[in-house]
Amino acid sequence: MQRIGVFVCWCGSNIAGTVDVEAVSNALKNEPGVVFSTNYQYMCSQAGQDLIINAVKEHNLTGIVVCSCSPRMHEATFRKTAQAAGLNPYMVEIANIREQCSWIHKDMALGTEKAIILGKAAVAKVNLNAPLTPGESPVTKRALVIGGGIAGIQTALDIADAGYEVDIVETKPTIGGKMAQLDKTFPTLDCAACILTPKMVDVAQNDKIRIFSYSEVCDIKGFVGNFDVEIKKKARYVKEDICTGCGLCTEKCPQKNVPNEFNLGMDNRRAIYIPFAQAVPKVATIDPNTCNMLKNGKCGVCAKVCTANAIDYTQKDEIIHEKYGAIVAATGFNPISMDKFDEYAYSQSKDVITSLEFERLTNAAGPSQGHLVRPSDGEHPHTIVFVQCVGSRCASCSEKGKEYCSKICCMYTAKHAMLTRDKYPDTEVYVFYIDVRTPGKSFDEFYRRAVEEYGVHYIKGMVGKVSPEGKKLIVQGSDLIADKQLKIEADLVVLAAAIEPDKSARPLATMLTASMDTNDFFTEAHPKLRPVESPTAGVFLSGTCQGPKDIPETVSQASAAAAKVIGLLSKDKLKGNPCIANANELMCNGCSSCEKVCPYGAITYVEKEFRMPDRTTMIRRVASVNEAVCQGCGACTVACPSGAMDLKGFTSEQIIAEVDAICK
Amino acid sequence: MQKITQKMLIDKAVSLLDNGTVTKVLGWMEGQFKYDVSPFVFKSKEALEKGFVFNHFCGANVSKYLVKETKKDEGKILVFLKPCDTYSFSQLVTENRIKKENVYVVGIPCDGMMDISKVKEISGDGIIDIEFKDDKINVKTLYDGDKEINANDALLERCSNCKSKKCVYYDELMGENGEVSDSNRFDEVEKLEKMSEEERFNFWQNELSRCIRCNACRDVCPACTCEKCVFDNPKSGVENKAIADSFEEKMFHIIRAFHVAGRCTDCGECSRVCPQNIPLHLLNRKFIKDINSFYGDYQAGEEIGNRAPLVDYTLDDIEPNEGVMKGDEEDA
Repeated sequence: MQRIGVFVCWCGSNIAGTVDVEAVSNALKNEPGVVFSTNYQYMCSQAGQDLIINAVKEHNLTGIVVCSCSPRMHEATFRKTAQAAGLNPYMVEIANIREQCSWIHKDMALGTEKAIILGKAAVAKVNLNAPLTPGESPVTKRALVIGGGIAGIQTALDIADAGYEVDIVETKPTIGGKMAQLDKTFPTLDCAACILTPKMVDVAQNDKIRIFSYSEVCDIKGFVGNFDVEIKKKARYVKEDICTGCGLCTEKCPQKNVPNEFNLGMDNRRAIYIPFAQAVPKVATIDPNTCNMLKNGKCGVCAKVCTANAIDYTQKDEIIHEKYGAIVAATGFNPISMDKFDEYAYSQSKDVITSLEFERLTNAAGPSQGHLVRPSDGEHPHTIVFVQCVGSRCASCSEKGKEYCSKICCMYTAKHAMLTRDKYPDTEVYVFYIDVRTPGKSFDEFYRRAVEEYGVHYIKGMVGKVSPEGKKLIVQGSDLIADKQLKIEADLVVLAAAIEPDKSARPLATMLTASMDTNDFFTEAHPKLRPVESPTAGVFLSGTCQGPKDIPETVSQASAAAAKVIGLLSKDKLKGNPCIANANELMCNGCSSCEKVCPYGAITYVEKEFRMPDRTTMIRRVASVNEAVCQGCGACTVACPSGAMDLKGFTSEQIIAEVDAICK
Repeated sequence: MQKITQKMLIDKAVSLLDNGTVTKVLGWMEGQFKYDVSPFVFKSKEALEKGFVFNHFCGANVSKYLVKETKKDEGKILVFLKPCDTYSFSQLVTENRIKKENVYVVGIPCDGMMDISKVKEISGDGIIDIEFKDDKINVKTLYDGDKEINANDALLERCSNCKSKKCVYYDELMGENGEVSDSNRFDEVEKLEKMSEEERFNFWQNELSRCIRCNACRDVCPACTCEKCVFDNPKSGVENKAIADSFEEKMFHIIRAFHVAGRCTDCGECSRVCPQNIPLHLLNRKFIKDINSFYGDYQAGEEIGNRAPLVDYTLDDIEPNEGVMKGDEEDA
């Protein structure tokens, strides 16, 4: 039999204002197992906690019920108090008589009655509580960062800076991500390459960081502190450690007509290529789909010109197995396809381009060496129309676009407009917008400069149609403020395409058993208070894989994710949550229902020998819970047909006792 | 279609025993009366020839016996499974209850098995002998003399509403495999759904009040293979072994229906063995019908490894309140 102490908190007038705390502590005195009951103004204060500790000692209490605020608020506090008094911390139950009682009641009598009932339920539960001890597991002190854009780069650098080993896995032949394709960055207009490439070099030179470029993660097993990851290093047919990146092969390769992904297909590269001058690693890669030597064995020019003998046509994909303690998803974003937005004539005219293509057009290393020209005829455009929110902020019923705001388009469009007017003052620039959203340090000032100093024409309204007519593009749109229809003869139309998570994110989330929202952005453990952690322990989120972000936000989130990883890796052992599932092997049928519903992959099956009542032995298949992986969600306990699965600290027996106490 | 006879099954069993494929045979043995046929494990050629029967009363679904038999270290077991038995078999394999590698399944066709209570309604009591013919039986009784009865006139309920004549799993097939039938098995459920709440309550009150809590339904059910049944477990909170009050009795059958929901293949054994003739299969069929309407048609045991909708999750899953509304619409 437990000896239970009940401690009713007034929370000043928060509880005592609508609940008769004296009546509550008196009523609970008579509950089974209760040997002491009192109330106090602030139970969480030092004096309140001392009151609990003294009562435990004086009345030899074995269990504690605190009637106070939500357990989210002070459960940890009172568990520590119990521990200080020499009790197991899991012998404490909280009856939430504030958020779920006093705050929602106006009538004292009703509030008091409910508080007593909630107290009775907690007492009924403590009567069945048992001391719980968290399990421990070791930590592999190495982190994996999936994605080598600015988010992955920053996270890796920060983790390495703290002295831990980090591996970056990047599917492209080089790290750098989308930022490497940008021209200037808002709101300070520094050149993206100038601020990104030194960081890329830092990564390459850091002896704690390994880069697996042109590689992908194929399989992830294990759990927080102990992930087993399989990485496929795709054959690039060039020996990475020998290639000097001189680029001779990329000039001599006769296969000249491969669309250049880095310039979004606006110019061509060779079959053997280095994506851009500052690529890291600066190593050539052969594209097996276009290389004549690999396709039909006829060519071999690159091998002949290579002075380092780095070309190896026989190279095979390589599988690498590595252990990690923490995994950071930094898979980034892509602009959405414009296929479904044919009203803007993207597929009909070369002069309708996306904003990312515009970045390449204005970039000195881009297809036009930084000269702003029409892709169709290379002429200088005199009228440019920018269309915002193409595929962003669509109605929820829309099958074309995304419901969310892509967040970065307002600012980069202001940047594009301003830079165009700065470099080519003879060009008229129109921007069609739904709203201009500029919250952020120095953001609104930046946008106003575009309007006020650079004379960009901002028009509130959407473009209905773009139709190519001769060399011109006829843009039909509405000006909502002037309340009229506009027809603009443009030379170039730039679409601010919505952004979406990279396609690799969904399969990765499945491998990680990490959750995603309906748009395939990774979900945070808590949208406000745990924004860089996934609900899956040991998995962290960096950059736009979690939601649309600009560079400053991405970098700060990347560093935050790194801080969380460092906090995890600095521990030698991980203490788990003891409130986890537990299979009663004697009752388990081995039917796998629990394994099928477990969202964390925490349940495996073992064949075990059992002594039977008739003195024979039988080998039976029974469930086994990995304590480090189980998050205590309880899905398995309801799926189990025989009641063999139970949740420690929340057993079916305890819950039924609570319900009984409430319903009696 | 080629008729499968008792002799053919014995010959098949003997040859598989002789060539060492199996060491024992799960089949049916005659009891005290000709119609009183029970599952039995035969371990020798002699035992088979002496006791193995196959006739119109071999309704017993023997798949459940494999749970224990395949765990014994006695070599492979031969089992003859009727089409509906194969559904239970593959469901049990899916749940890892039967070790498939220890079984040799011979699928046999079935034209429906007879219900002795229906036979007695026609022939009268005091049956002293039964002669089996292809699709009829000749019943000799003490008081009313001989009577010839067509098999189709006294089928088990589940056979007159046969859901499938297709063996979904077998190592070997005797005769030809049939097809999934176009069954009217949900008609009775629909009738119940159309009743008012009070009528329905009275219907079940009347049926379930006859329960003597013999546990036959549970013990025969191929979905009830828990190591320890919740009704035998003092910690479960629902433990009871005898009728304590009428409320508990209803709860027994309802809890059982919940426990087998999504796993019940609708083999109908519960109703077949009930000594009080309670139509227990209707509870399970209501669950099956609801699962079909909420998640799309699903037949437990149709395929080994099938993922039942109740232990699966998809983004298109019905929301709980939608389920209630959908159920209400259908009730209305």
